[in-house]
Parts: sequence; structure tokens; C-alpha cells
Amino acid sequence: MIGDLARLPRQGSEMTVSQIKAKVLRREELTKGIVRLTLEAPEIAVCAQPGQFMMFRATDKLDPLLRRPLSIHQVSSGSQVQVLLKVVGRGSRFLAERERGDVLDVVGPLGHGFSAPTAPDSSVCLVGGGIGCAPLYFLAKMLLREDPGRLVQVFLGAATADELLVVKKDFENLGGRVALATDDGSLGYHGYVTDLLAANLERERRWQVYGCGPHPMLGKLAEFCAAEKWSCQVSLETMMACGISACLGCTVRRAQTKGEIDKPFLHVCKDGPVFDSGEVAWGREGR
Amino acid sequence: MGQGREVNLTTHIGGGLILRNPVMTASGTFGYGREYAELVNLHRLGAIVVKGISLQPRSGNPPPRIFETAAGMLNAIGLENVGVEGFLREKLPFLREVGAPVVVNILGNSLDDYAALAEILNDIDGITAIEVNISCPNVKEGGVAFGTDPLMVQAVTKTVKGKTALPVIIKLSPNVTDITVTARAAEEGGADAVSLINTLIGMAIDHRTRKPRLANVIGGLSGPAIKPVALRMVWQTARAVKIPVIGIGGIMTAEDALEFLIAGAAAVQIGTANFVNPNSTEMILDGIAAYLQESGCQSLREIIGTLRLD
Repeated sequence: MIGDLARLPRQGSEMTVSQIKAKVLRREELTKGIVRLTLEAPEIAVCAQPGQFMMFRATDKLDPLLRRPLSIHQVSSGSQVQVLLKVVGRGSRFLAERERGDVLDVVGPLGHGFSAPTAPDSSVCLVGGGIGCAPLYFLAKMLLREDPGRLVQVFLGAATADELLVVKKDFENLGGRVALATDDGSLGYHGYVTDLLAANLERERRWQVYGCGPHPMLGKLAEFCAAEKWSCQVSLETMMACGISACLGCTVRRAQTKGEIDKPFLHVCKDGPVFDSGEVAWGREGR
Repeated sequence: MGQGREVNLTTHIGGGLILRNPVMTASGTFGYGREYAELVNLHRLGAIVVKGISLQPRSGNPPPRIFETAAGMLNAIGLENVGVEGFLREKLPFLREVGAPVVVNILGNSLDDYAALAEILNDIDGITAIEVNISCPNVKEGGVAFGTDPLMVQAVTKTVKGKTALPVIIKLSPNVTDITVTARAAEEGGADAVSLINTLIGMAIDHRTRKPRLANVIGGLSGPAIKPVALRMVWQTARAVKIPVIGIGGIMTAEDALEFLIAGAAAVQIGTANFVNPNSTEMILDGIAAYLQESGCQSLREIIGTLRLD
């Protein structure tokens, strides 16, 4: 739904969706319950954009039935795709337990990813909550590839220090400035990442903000950016069945603007998962 | 298909309509075809049944609309669709080019709605048949009343048949005591075929918050969890009516589809499987053909309704 803004440069060919068998090339357990998988997926790697996602079969049986959406963490070597996943249930546990050589059934790349900054000379602020840091890494990589001199300020929040140590280093290696917040105070600021951001972001700069994380965090971020009049794009997560806009199950409420009362919903898989933060009706029940 | 002769997969589904093969998509699981264009060879399908169309566009139910259950899923999409005008303008032109028969699923709140939809679609090129949704559980104001009352089933069928020369398939609700009663009502109303089953009404609760998992509280259960129920109803219905029966409900594999065909279905519709595996339809089609070839059958008809009770 951010279609009229400039697209980020593509890796290669025009966007196409493929269903492929992707071999696991590497499995890294970053901390307990957080796993990074590197997959051989040339069809996806060649056309993936930051913010897009893939749908994974999370069993070879009939239960759990539905595919699991995972955002693209990074694309490398022209043929490899990485995902970063946290074990939250049966599906993610199955995926996190895959070993090198295993083959996964993947559909992707899907959805509407992040768009380039509205104002080309903006500094970039990335805000990740928990496993929401996953797609921001791919975005940071592409933005810095496009303009190595660009300021990329990264704010990452998580429950505890363990979840942040590896990704912090990754973002720093790209050339980003990283600030951390933890719920338990075990690393960085003790509290919400959005509070850390509000206290530290230099107001005199023009910022393009990108966020991914829990819905309440994104709601706060949207409110903050609206007040500061900074453009903000957020990547949303919902329950999904198909990922290709056939089931129409992944709805969120749309912010109501005049004359469009007949369009009360957005579909995360097709209209998103990345939205301009002003498009989403925040703080409503049943997202 | 392997070596040797091709198996004849054509099947009659009523109203003079012959499909090149028995594998159709189930309404609401395949969008308007285009959604799957990059993942499925659409021209190979027996027919594409599109997402249910109403006279006016509908925005559907609030979220959450879906929830995964054991070997299945609940949905309460609420019949979100682009409306008949939007369908004809934005969706049908693509479908016309695909090369697969297009079955338009229609839904309404009144007999007048169904009549108007049938009349509009009757004059349109590129539509092969109409499937009438009288059984969607997810809207409060209609649907269920039509689908569970035999007199209403007959009346809707008669109304639609009176307004179109296209073959008319009535999609039956399983949420009744005896599905053969509504099936016969559709037959008496002049239906060319019946398709069954639509979703079974179910619900799920988050025990921690004590809230329903769906904003609509109740929704339709689909997926492999419902297959035995669907198969039983298809078998009962195939024995109760003379018109063709189209089997739907939790079909994931060619073996599942064969069970429905043996139970008496002239064709099958693939639904939730499309979400799980986008190329389910083609895989099932290939599997049916391979099975027939391996068992020395020359045509699909040799297995339809061949359940052995001896």
C-alpha cells in the first residue's frame, strides 16, 4: 500500500512468486529458542525485497496444518536466503529444529516490502522489537548499499540481553549505530525501546523511521512519528492461512479517512506486510 | 501421464456440463484465480470456482477472521468480495484468458438478490456455471436460513434456475440433521448438481483471556479434520439424488479425492489444501490419473460411485 513511493532497488528480476524446495545450508542457534536458518533458494533470492516474507510448511504431516509466515532476514550470495525465527509454538519449533541438509517447502517472496525513504536525504531510524529485528537487517543492508554514507540509527528492544547480542553485532558490522533496550534491564536501557528512541533521537534531523515488532510497540511508534511528522513504515504480523490474498484471513483495521468508509480493512499479506503507519487503525481490538 | 494411452478424465456435472477432469477449486480458497497464477497451471483445472459474489461489494467481518485448529482451520471471513460489478469488470477478464471453465459462486440475503445475480451472470460471456451459496455460516442476516430450510432451498434453486440458462450447482450446508433432505429439495427445485459440504460451524476459545478466537465468535471449520464427515454426507447424498454430486471437504491428496469419487461424487473441489500447498489441485489431478492408469481403468467413470458394500 506504499506503492506510489519509490521502490528499493531489486536484487535482480521482476517480482515473481515461487513454490520451492529449499535446502537448509546452515543452522545457527543464536540463543536459546532463536535460530537463524540459511536456505538455498535462488528463485526467491533473485527477486526478494526487504520487508517481504515467505510461507513455510511447518511439518510434513497434516497438523499443524497451515504454513507459517517468516520475513526475509537477508539475502546473500545471490542464491541464499536467511530467516531468523523464535520458537513460539509447534510450527516455529519444527522449523527451528531443522538441520543442515533438510529440505523445506517454501512459497515466496510475498507481499509488499519496505519502500525507500520518502525524502531521499533522510537519516534512517530502524526500530525492532524482539524477533521483529529480522526484516530490518535486510533493509539496513540495502539502504547502506544504496548510500553508504547514510546515517542508519538502530534501536533494538527485547525481553532480555541474550536475544540482542548477536543481532547487535550484525547491525554494527553493516555500519549502523545501535542502541539497545531490554525489559529486564540486563542490557542497555531498562524499558521500552520506543521510550529509548523518544529520549535519544536527534530532533533536528529529518528521519525516515522503519519499525517491526509487537503490535503495541508499533502503535506507540506510529503515534510518536505522527507527532514528530516523520514518515514511518511498519511491518505487521497476523495469523495467515495462504499468504497470497486468497483466504482474506489476515485482516487489520484500516485508519478511516474521509470518503473511504467502505474500506474498513487492510490485508496484511497483499496490502502489506509493510504499511505507512498512518494507514493502520492502532489500538483497536481484534487485530 | 506415464506411458501408454491417456485415461479419459471427463466428467458430467449436470446441465449438460462436461468438465475435462474432476478437479475443481472450492469457492473462497482460490480467490479469483489470478492469486494462484504464478503457482498453478490454471488451464489444467477442471474448473475454477471463484470467491462468492454478492450484488454489492462486502467488506467482511472484523479481525481475527481465522484460527488454526487440529488438522484444520476456522474461518469467519464474512463473505468479503468485490461485488458482481467489480467481479465482471476487474476479475473476469483475466479468468476468460485462463482456459479453464469459470464457475461463479453467488450469495445473497434474499430471493431477489439471488434472482438478480443469476440474471446478470446469464448474459455474460466466459461463465460456465453458477454455484449457489446457500450455506455460508458467517453472516448473521442470511445464508443459514436458506441453507437449512428445505423449502427455502427449493425456492432459491427455482428462482435461480428461472433466471439463467447456465447450469446451476447448489452448495449445501452440512449444518443440518439430514443433508439428503436439503439435497432432494435442491433437486426438486431443478438444480443441475449439488456440491457439498460447506464448512461445519465451530468455535475456539482462548482459555487465558476467555475470549473467542474469532471476532465473529463462531466460524466455519475446514481442512482434513472434516473429511470423514464430508465423505459420509457425499455418500448419503449420492444415494439420495439422481443429479451429480460434487464432493468437498478436507481433500488434501489424490487418495482423498478418490474416496469421494468412489463414494459417488462426479467431481471434487479442493479448498483448504490450496492454502497449505498451492499446487494441490494439479498434484491431485496427476494422482487421480496415475491411479486410474495403474488400476487399468480407461475412464474416470469406472470408479465413480463404486463403493463396495459386499
